[in-house]
Amino acid sequence: MSGFISSSIARKVAMALSALFLIFFLIIHLAVNITSIFSETLFNDLSHFMGTNPLVQFALQPVLIFGVVFHFVMGFILELKNKKATVVKYAKDNGAANSTWTSRNMIYSGLVILAFIVLHFVDFWIPELNVKYVHGDMSGMLEGTQNFRYFEELQHKFVNPARVAAYVVSFVLLGLHLAHGFQSAFQSMGFNNKYTKTVKTLGKAYSIAIPAGFIIVAVFHFLNH
Amino acid sequence: MTTLNSRIPKGPIKDKWTTYKDKIDLVNPANKRNIDIIVVGTGLAGGSAAASLAELGYNVKAFAYQDSPRRAHSIAAQGGINAAKNYQGDGDSTYRLFYDTVKGGDYRSREANVHRLAEVSGNIIDQCVAQGVPFARDYGGLLDNRSFGGVLVSRTFYAKGQTGQQLLLGAYSAMNRQIARGKIEMYNRHEMLDVVLVDGKARGIIARNMITGEIQRHSAHAVVIASGGYGNVYFLSTNAMGSNVTAGWKIHKKGAFFANPCYTQIHPTCIPRSGDYQSKLTLMSESLRNDGRIWVPAKIEDAKAIQQGKLKPTEIAEADRDYYLERRYPAFGNLVPRDVASRAAKERCDAGYGVNATGEAVYLDFAAAIDRYGKEQAKIHGITNASADKIYELGQAVVEAKYGNLFQMYEKIVDENPYKTPMMIYPATHYTMGGVWVDYNLMTTIPGCYCIGEANFSDHGANRLGASALMQGLADGYFVLPYTIGDYLSDDIRTGKIPTDSPEFEEAEKSVTELINFFVSNKGKHSVDFYHKKLGKIMWDKVGMSRNEKGLKEAMAEIKALREDFWKNVNVPGAANEMNTELEKAVRVADFLELGELFAKDALDRNESCGGHFREESVELDGEQEGEAKRNDKDFAYVSAWEYKGEPGDAVLHKEELEFNDIELKQRSYK
Amino acid sequence: MDLTLKIWRQKNADDKGQLVDYKVTDISEHMSFLEMMDVLNEQLINKGDEPVAFDHDCREGICGMCSMYINGEAHGPDKGITTCQLHMRSFKDGDTIYIEPFRATAFPVIKDLVVDRTSFDRIQQSGGYISVNTSGNTQDANAIPISKIAADKAMDAATCIGCGACVATCKNSSAMLFVGAKVSQYALLPQGQVEATERVLSMVQQMDDEGFGNCTNTGACEVECPKGISLENIARMNREFLKASIS
Repeated sequence: MSGFISSSIARKVAMALSALFLIFFLIIHLAVNITSIFSETLFNDLSHFMGTNPLVQFALQPVLIFGVVFHFVMGFILELKNKKATVVKYAKDNGAANSTWTSRNMIYSGLVILAFIVLHFVDFWIPELNVKYVHGDMSGMLEGTQNFRYFEELQHKFVNPARVAAYVVSFVLLGLHLAHGFQSAFQSMGFNNKYTKTVKTLGKAYSIAIPAGFIIVAVFHFLNH
Repeated sequence: MTTLNSRIPKGPIKDKWTTYKDKIDLVNPANKRNIDIIVVGTGLAGGSAAASLAELGYNVKAFAYQDSPRRAHSIAAQGGINAAKNYQGDGDSTYRLFYDTVKGGDYRSREANVHRLAEVSGNIIDQCVAQGVPFARDYGGLLDNRSFGGVLVSRTFYAKGQTGQQLLLGAYSAMNRQIARGKIEMYNRHEMLDVVLVDGKARGIIARNMITGEIQRHSAHAVVIASGGYGNVYFLSTNAMGSNVTAGWKIHKKGAFFANPCYTQIHPTCIPRSGDYQSKLTLMSESLRNDGRIWVPAKIEDAKAIQQGKLKPTEIAEADRDYYLERRYPAFGNLVPRDVASRAAKERCDAGYGVNATGEAVYLDFAAAIDRYGKEQAKIHGITNASADKIYELGQAVVEAKYGNLFQMYEKIVDENPYKTPMMIYPATHYTMGGVWVDYNLMTTIPGCYCIGEANFSDHGANRLGASALMQGLADGYFVLPYTIGDYLSDDIRTGKIPTDSPEFEEAEKSVTELINFFVSNKGKHSVDFYHKKLGKIMWDKVGMSRNEKGLKEAMAEIKALREDFWKNVNVPGAANEMNTELEKAVRVADFLELGELFAKDALDRNESCGGHFREESVELDGEQEGEAKRNDKDFAYVSAWEYKGEPGDAVLHKEELEFNDIELKQRSYK
Repeated sequence: MDLTLKIWRQKNADDKGQLVDYKVTDISEHMSFLEMMDVLNEQLINKGDEPVAFDHDCREGICGMCSMYINGEAHGPDKGITTCQLHMRSFKDGDTIYIEPFRATAFPVIKDLVVDRTSFDRIQQSGGYISVNTSGNTQDANAIPISKIAADKAMDAATCIGCGACVATCKNSSAMLFVGAKVSQYALLPQGQVEATERVLSMVQQMDDEGFGNCTNTGACEVECPKGISLENIARMNREFLKASIS
């Protein structure tokens, strides 16, 4: 079994599985975010549920964290191994002749996404943990009011144009990452048959729609705060 | 004077091999572990032999000059492999395959060997399928066959246009299994430079590590040479750049007789040379002649204009074209055998009617076929009054379906669209039927030294049929040698390991080292290729498709002079103790320069025309066959086996008379 | 045409190596790329210099011996061919052409443009075969019908010439197209089933041990493969590997 875990193919498959999990997570995340555009209440209710439901908080959240960390750590491990497989570089290398830029630069789009996640954690997740588990305020209310705080906080974050710009750039790169990653995950798991064309189309649609959704939410709140 | 003993078993031809196998000595499994065998060359013959011998339990050391056994030139064979399976139920049988091969060889091969080849042909297909060779199949899941030139049945098995590749990879996989088991020690990028004889028996070789330049001694109880053909004596051929005669020639110089060197197959449908820089020629499948019409301009002024690029073939009117094969051979037309088609092309080009800048090309035109198929298709699809364009379009689709990959290959090399303008073709050296003389056991005249595959002379006579080379290589390696070698090795079970510190090894290594040191320190004026190209030109002009006494004598003298100049003035840059590609070439060309002379001498001796060997002095003088090749069974029904005597020109001829008990000798006619 | 060549020269495996500039003149567009190299070498020999070492043999695109990374691409700018099938008409007068050896840790340089690809052989030795002895008593070739589709797919995979362009072109030097093709050929045939589990496990193990990188599905190998081997073969290997690992 140890041979299996350290084998190149098993690692690819693990990358693919964590990727598919994250792809699924993005749909949920966007679904919640998008409600903020048309219904403050619904957004607040959903956010409160997600933030306080024990199943989400203590079962799904750790799994998600693990998935994210695993995907990054394994990505770095594979990148290092691949670097070792190609010590001497070509003086002239015309990668564009045979592959897309995104497929060759997953590590860089990945790094930008990592930076974004750090920012995202600083913005939302750490304050959230602070309020809920350090201060013990599980109410989800704005201080001194009877209103949920989630929507207010969300709007507040998108006041700064620099932050909005960073979000937009990050999501564009996420889109590129997904443009290759989506179908790649299927290929890694051995899925390549007559449905591959459909998977590719689906992947393209997904890699445009999901990042676009996040960008719309950010820009909407920037314009409407 | 040695008398040749071909060791053909007694008895009726169909029982010879079975009876023989029942009676020969075997080596018991425990003793095989104590016996070493060296195999030089890892193509179809060498690879299959190495794998089979290792499976039997012998310790095999295999040598290849390429970086992997998978790259041997067997890989380039396109068409297919014959086997008398009769899967098509069209009346094929072992006897028919035997008969076709002997007849196709123009009655210059050894009946007993050919019959054995036909007998084991079926086993080859079974073996290869079991190994995972993906032969073409029909929709019912059974093996498909195609038919090949000159025979009346469909017995050719194929894997797309890459049959040689798939069979070689099959043998390579069998080798890999034995390499993994430790039964084959594989020496890639090693070249055999001499054989070592101890007490008159082959007991090892001297090899050069082509990466480090190290000269190594390897001992064994038997040595198997499977180094392929010597077509590169012409410099330009369809052989791989590295294909060489060195292994075969080194054993010849140590006592192995060299048989029928003049039997060379010149293939008619190759892509012509485009300039002096040309390094090799590319073959295109013969099947093209089924639909293409071969022609040259009828008027010499048109030919000159074409050579100068002032006229296009499509501008020449039908009446001004000379479809010379159809003119000369109305019965067979464009489908005459390889040798006849090749000579006819040369005849026209020599007369000045060649159609490219070098004057060495003829047209292979598909316009008529496209038109014919187009009209046929129009009829099938019920198109009345189809326009010329529509007919062309329909016809082109049919031709594309049949020959698309070949047309594409042609266009890649020549950069002309063969659908729009006729292809240019010219004959090129393709296969050598001659080679080291072997007996029925495939043993040379050196005890313990065997020779298999294209490197030996045995099965194809004066001309090889299509799809028979792969069959012979694998038959020798899988099904013949592994049996016959036991007969010899059974005497060696108590010999023990052959030491490599004997004076014989010492002496052989010293002479190889001296040779290498000579080359790297000579610092002459001309590169190795300079000499190789000159040799090629002499061979092509005077010992090529058409030979005569005067030319052959001149060739012998010229090659001798060239050889002497080579030894004075050859320039090999670099050092001996490193990878040195020029040094590798020098060693090979030195041997070609000797073989070339013997080749011409053999052609001179054989004053008859048979198969690939055409003597201008031996033609039909009258009647319907006037001007065609004339075989002389009364005086030349023998194998010429040459014994080395210090200089190629001094070689002594030994004759193995050929007996035809089962097949009646007949003259070929294609008129 | 006249050309400037920037060619990797390296005396031996231990040498550091560098790009060296050469000029060649009067190159005919009908020459193959290797014939152009012959012209250069003849020129070098006549000047008393050492010719450039490069691997080549059949010069008709099937032996897999020729390699070379030409202007940033394995086997040069044209698709579906090996270097020996590349012709000078693909270049223009005055061009500068970079000629480098195939690069991968598992393909160390031997000299100049010659690399050591025996890692491929070792992968094959680890399981790239069907264990059948030569006996003359093997069951009849038509005893097991094989569907035409499976046979054709197996043939498409088996058409690999082992040149290593897939590795050379892969940014990770992954050998998965090569290994995938071999695993697929046998996986598609009934004869290959008996040893299927062991085969894929040990071939993948050997591939990893040789130091080839991991596949990130860029698809560059498929594009540069002279024989058009499909990525499907990698997916099939992945499936076979997973199947073998859990069984």
